Amino acid sequence: MTLDEVKQGQECEIVDIISEGIIGQRLLDMGFIPGTRIKVIRNAPLVDPVEFLLKGYYLSLRHSEAQKVEVNLL
Amino acid sequence: MNSKSDNIVVALAGQPNSGKSTIFNMLTGARQHVANYPGITVEKKSGSFRQDGARIELVDLPGTYSLTSYTEEERVARDFLLKYRPAAVVDVVDASNLERNLYLSFQLAEMEVPLIINLNMMDVAEKRGQNIDTEKLSRELVAPVVTTVGNKGKGKQNLKEAIRKNSEKGEAVPFRIDYGEALEPILGALEKRLSEDPDLSGRYPLRWLAVKLMENDEEAQRVVREYSKKSGLIMALVEEQSSDFIRKHKNSPKKVIAVARHMKAQKIVEKSVSRKKAFDKTITDKIDRVVCNRFLGPVILAATIYIMYELAIVQGYKITSYTWPVLAGFRDLVAWVLPSQGFVFDPFFRSISLWVVDGTIAVLNYIPIFLILFALIAILEDTGYMARMAFILDRIFRHFGLQGQSVLPMVIGGLYVGGCAIPGVMACRAMKDEKARMATIMIVPLMNCLAKIPFYVLMIGIFFTAYKGIAMFFIATITIIVALSVAKILSLTVLRKKLSAPFVMEMPPYHIPTVQVVLRRCLERTWLFVKKIITIVIAVSAIVYALIYFPGLSKERKTHFISQADQAQQTFFEKIGKNSPYADLVTGDNLIRFTAYWNDYKKAKMGAKSKEAMEAIDQKFKTKNVEFFNIVKKGKYEIEGKLIKDNHAKNAYNAYKKLDKTMNRLRREQKEETIIASFMGRAGRFIEPLTQWAGFNWRINIALMSAFAAKESSVATLGGIYQSPQGEEGTLEERIRGKEKDWTPLHALAIMLFMAMYPPCIPTLLMVRLETGSTKWMLFATFYPMVLGISLSVLVFTGGNLLGLSGMQTMIAFYILMLSLLILMGFIKSKPEFT
Repeated sequence: MTLDEVKQGQECEIVDIISEGIIGQRLLDMGFIPGTRIKVIRNAPLVDPVEFLLKGYYLSLRHSEAQKVEVNLL
Repeated sequence: MNSKSDNIVVALAGQPNSGKSTIFNMLTGARQHVANYPGITVEKKSGSFRQDGARIELVDLPGTYSLTSYTEEERVARDFLLKYRPAAVVDVVDASNLERNLYLSFQLAEMEVPLIINLNMMDVAEKRGQNIDTEKLSRELVAPVVTTVGNKGKGKQNLKEAIRKNSEKGEAVPFRIDYGEALEPILGALEKRLSEDPDLSGRYPLRWLAVKLMENDEEAQRVVREYSKKSGLIMALVEEQSSDFIRKHKNSPKKVIAVARHMKAQKIVEKSVSRKKAFDKTITDKIDRVVCNRFLGPVILAATIYIMYELAIVQGYKITSYTWPVLAGFRDLVAWVLPSQGFVFDPFFRSISLWVVDGTIAVLNYIPIFLILFALIAILEDTGYMARMAFILDRIFRHFGLQGQSVLPMVIGGLYVGGCAIPGVMACRAMKDEKARMATIMIVPLMNCLAKIPFYVLMIGIFFTAYKGIAMFFIATITIIVALSVAKILSLTVLRKKLSAPFVMEMPPYHIPTVQVVLRRCLERTWLFVKKIITIVIAVSAIVYALIYFPGLSKERKTHFISQADQAQQTFFEKIGKNSPYADLVTGDNLIRFTAYWNDYKKAKMGAKSKEAMEAIDQKFKTKNVEFFNIVKKGKYEIEGKLIKDNHAKNAYNAYKKLDKTMNRLRREQKEETIIASFMGRAGRFIEPLTQWAGFNWRINIALMSAFAAKESSVATLGGIYQSPQGEEGTLEERIRGKEKDWTPLHALAIMLFMAMYPPCIPTLLMVRLETGSTKWMLFATFYPMVLGISLSVLVFTGGNLLGLSGMQTMIAFYILMLSLLILMGFIKSKPEFT
């Protein structure tokens, strides 16, 4: 599954980044590497974007970006 | 840059939210200088301090998470390090977020620069239960580590000493990342190939270049193509090895490189940081639970925006009533220095100088608003709320090619009624997404700035008296509707090719901004604005002056006015009579002196509010010139406590009053005739065949065109054109109504719409030029609103006429039309730009 499908409060582990372009590079720079644990903190008031917690810091992505992250639920 | 032995250049790097600007301020204090990197909009800040006899120049690089070539900031940081080879680089690292911050440190080390690691925000790390062994960390990174708490000024001296010491050696850290057995042989081979090329080997750190080429970095490829004669061979090797790698390992080199860096960071953190407690819920998370809440979030956001608007625009505007007298005083001083006013025609030098001064102080008048606004924006940026704003609003704004952060510039520009486009455009600087930033800059001037308001009030006062509230609501909201549509159209067309950034946004921990940082940023931005105003606005307003006043009146008309003036003066002298004791005092050259006295007295009286103030003014003017004083008091004055009725003085008063009136009429008439005969006036008539479809006659054309110098002046120009008929006075509303009997609310609606879409004022255009870094975009921002404005006005006026609708009906129909258009636009999807 991809990160945009993970529900609020759930935690998952990154499997891969499915993007070789700028999104992929940005995500890699921010620490989205295989094995990293990610928690979905909350949705924005209008559902999109979504706030995540990884490596002890908070970050938000749109669904379109989160779609590029392949994850496994924990 | 390194030529002078006592001047050492040191760069300051770091990720966003690492407290880099606090460290920069801590080190350099007041000795700072802000500029822009040539051709682009990234700010270049530098400052200096002295340490052990050397002057250290600190260059603040843009805060970046990485050093790829995807964003302008990253390219700027990289280019600086490559081109200027600073003596050392201070890497500001958020101690509470060590792992992610080290990712950048590794890339800096890879560029073979002497590195100093500055562990900042140590207090936050401690609060989170992280204990960092700095010695171990230093050993691991093979670089000196200095701890600081920037916002408390802790560690300042240590850091300065470390910079001084390490910038002397000039040796790069020997630290190096092992990219694994799959990639290292390739990197080695590539580095060897690069080293054989004399065009590259002296110029770039080669291992770094090899890594970048394997990362598929466009800028690195460009460099090889530009400088190397064997670029074909090198690129072929890179491509061959990359595709080979992907086939063998089912993974791209780029990913392997990023993973290796993060793994290394993880390992170093594991070795050097001991955690007393596990990561638990931070205060930030608790605050966010409320601030980003589905229901409370939008409410808090609206309240924040409202408070900003109230404090800066409303209260700031009130403050201008205290600062205005200072500016007005300056104007009076200039007026006093200049050759004095003529009876009908002013000396050219006087009138052009005062015109320029008026234009300049009209804008300087907004400085209190700017100061408050910039301080508030700095607070929003520094606390971390800006990111939450973008988070909450992103969904709505991105439908129109904008971003959640676009709301702030729009509010400042006048999302409700009243704002200012200048700070609005400047507030776009914080936006990372180039495309959304450009779109925002382009639409901010469509908001209702303070200077447009008097014009609306005038028009609504005349033509929508029964529906003032509705009409004001219409004009305040139609601008938002149109602006959002325009943003969408621009992003689908002219901005199509602009770089958009994926939405990957850190939600930084909340923190209380320091007074120093806020003050500094607000003064910096205001100063930047003032500097621009003084240099360019003066030149441009002089040109506009020429357009409005040249070529001037014909000789016959001039003689006509002068003879009329002479006649009026003759009448005045006759009325006073030769026998009056005042005759000699106010005739000949003395008349000019009396006129000045009369005007000064009137002006002083207007400013006085209390009875005491009035008496003080009387006393002052009496000592200045007692005879003149007798006249301006209409012959009623006291001598030694006795009230005297001086009929001669009274007579002189009445005679002068009449003269004054005639002179004013003549001045107005000649001004009107001058404007009509001017280049601007001719243009106004020339375009009348076109503008009549929008309901504008040439008089309105002139008023609208003259507003280009300053929109505030549009009402004044109307006042000049619609002067009152001889002998009658009346409000401007009445005068317009008298002269334009066939006007309907439809006319007014069309004019108001044009004013709403009016091109930005000159200072705003300068800011557009500065923030876009392009004259072409500035010209675009000038002309598209004109086309838009005239199109909408024609649509409303001609459309309303054809359908036989009244002003109100047209207003409602137009509103519904534009709103539907906007909603439809929201559904148009722009192509997915990223992969």
